[in-house]
Amino acid sequence: MNSIEVKNLTKKFGNFTSVDNISFNVKQAEIFGFLGANGAGKSTTIKMLCGILEPTLGDAIVEGQSVAKNPDRVKQNIGYMSQRFSLYNDLAVGENLDFFGGVYGLSNQKLNERKKWVLKIANLEGKENLLTGSLPGGIKQRLALGAAVIHQPGIVFLDEPTSGVDPISRRNFWELINELSSEGTTVFVTTHYLEEAEFCNNIIFIDDGKLIAEGNPKTLKTKYLDKPILEVECSSVIEALVILEKSPFVDETSIFGNNIHIIVNEKYVEEKQITALLEKQNNITVKKISKIVPTLEDVFIHLLEMDKKK
Amino acid sequence: MKTILHIIKKEFLQFKRDPKMFSITLFAPILQLIFFGYAATLDLNLVPTIIYDQDKTVTSRKLIEEFIGSGFFEIEHYADNYKETQKYIEEGKSLVAIVIPQNFEKRIYRRETASLQAIFNGSFGNSSNIAAGYVTKVVTKYSRQIVSNYLDISGRKFIPAGSIDAEIRVWYNPELKTRNFMVPAIVGLLISVITLLLTTLAIVKEKEVGTLEQLIVTPIKPIQLIIGKLVPFVILGFISVSIVIIAMNIIFGIAVRGNVFFLFFSAFLYILSTLGLGLFVSTISKTQQQAMMISVFAVLMPMNFLSGFAFPLENMPIPIQMLSYIIPLKYFINITRGVILKGTGLAVHWPDALALLTIGLVILFLSALRFKKRLE
Repeated sequence: MNSIEVKNLTKKFGNFTSVDNISFNVKQAEIFGFLGANGAGKSTTIKMLCGILEPTLGDAIVEGQSVAKNPDRVKQNIGYMSQRFSLYNDLAVGENLDFFGGVYGLSNQKLNERKKWVLKIANLEGKENLLTGSLPGGIKQRLALGAAVIHQPGIVFLDEPTSGVDPISRRNFWELINELSSEGTTVFVTTHYLEEAEFCNNIIFIDDGKLIAEGNPKTLKTKYLDKPILEVECSSVIEALVILEKSPFVDETSIFGNNIHIIVNEKYVEEKQITALLEKQNNITVKKISKIVPTLEDVFIHLLEMDKKK
Repeated sequence: MKTILHIIKKEFLQFKRDPKMFSITLFAPILQLIFFGYAATLDLNLVPTIIYDQDKTVTSRKLIEEFIGSGFFEIEHYADNYKETQKYIEEGKSLVAIVIPQNFEKRIYRRETASLQAIFNGSFGNSSNIAAGYVTKVVTKYSRQIVSNYLDISGRKFIPAGSIDAEIRVWYNPELKTRNFMVPAIVGLLISVITLLLTTLAIVKEKEVGTLEQLIVTPIKPIQLIIGKLVPFVILGFISVSIVIIAMNIIFGIAVRGNVFFLFFSAFLYILSTLGLGLFVSTISKTQQQAMMISVFAVLMPMNFLSGFAFPLENMPIPIQMLSYIIPLKYFINITRGVILKGTGLAVHWPDALALLTIGLVILFLSALRFKKRLE
């Protein structure tokens, strides 16, 4: 069963096409990654899926409701959490939950039950009188997620939920996302941390409002990046990057920390080609060359490069 | 309906958490009342005066006594020369200089016209005007005395020439105090500040911290959000009006002569406009600072100037007078001054009330429409 079915969804602002005819499906209870650079049209898409922005063309069925025809019904069946912390800092934890529970029309009994659950997942049991603004970032994030699903929606949209959160809190947060998904909630998540995208069941990439790739992390890596990828560890990284970029056997280059990742083509035969180029001609010491399994980041950059060339 | 109640409850909880806001609403009305009541006065009680008596005769001294006896003048100094007189005026130590010329007495005895010089510091235009009135009053009284004395002495009978004495009675504000004129208008000023400013800030704050984004994805409808956001400030507005009315009575002894319920009803009509303006400002500001600046400088200040709060509209150029017809505060101040000072009610003020209702509904409707559009 599909939680979301997107068909030819398009949004234009005047002459500018923010979302350009995209279609995809999200399965019930999966963790769905929605990736793209800033300005690619992610937020516009989410706004349409949440029923707060009317599509110019096309439609999406979210939890059985059309966003074009019944945006108000859509709102009742979804949860949403943005990158900005969006509970009231000047209300106590319990008051925030009362408010959002009330807005979604939960009965008192249901509200108490759900409040207990949220307090548990946010590690805030017995602390519902604390002022929300005084909580540490990681806890706030979990509380916000709890509040976003207080009405037990079929799907929750998380818009860069972990930006600005420390690595441990991020890990804990993803455990929570997994938990939600295993309980049957669909999780639709956008992120700039591509290592997080590895946790997703399925991913789509969009660029310039167009869908440019989709699949699970494994197929993305093989399907879209069929050429070998090498990691070069050397001195003078920037210089080496410029030289490698121009050499005929290299298709793409990118910097990963102190290393360079290069995608090579059929003209590449052996490591000596690289060492010869860098060490003999340019006096750069090559410490290590290894063939690597591409990360999603490699795929992402590769896809963006390809799209630019088009 | 339930959703609206949840929003209202939330607003009050937030309000409670903000002690600064809380005290602004409770104490600011009283402070403003005191400031305006005591400080915003155009009255002149004692005119600081310098006297240069060149004549130094019984008659001139008598005239000076008249000035002192009138109770309007406080003699700062008796000058010996013209320079000194000039200095007092220049340095602002005196508002008026009275110069009695030589031969003042002689001329009177010779039954000639005697003149008197009064110099005013015109940089205080209003006060000088009032002082000039006092001077004329004293001099007129004195010259009458001279005439009647002369008639008595000469044994002729005093035949009243057909003169008309105006007996002036001032209604509603018998002491002609600026305070009585200002204080009722403060009711209007206060509601403007509280409802307009606080509403705008409360909405823009949600925009600024991002909670508005969260509210939009909930099933709350824009109209519910608008009502839920506005109702608390209507209530706060009424609370501060009540505080001002009570404080007005206790501190200045100005009681409401008319119907208090009609006053509150008009306040409600007026609030429609201010809430609408607040809502509008919230749609054009991104931050609370912006909202504050726009509310104060683009809405509240022009509204005060054009409402007749401090300056009479009758003296303004015609185009500006025309503009004042769309200023809701103008009508509300008419009502507060009427109801509080004169005890007038709906029978007199229905045109004001109708204007308030119309302007209020138009502003509120347009702003709500714009607010709703902005949300989407």
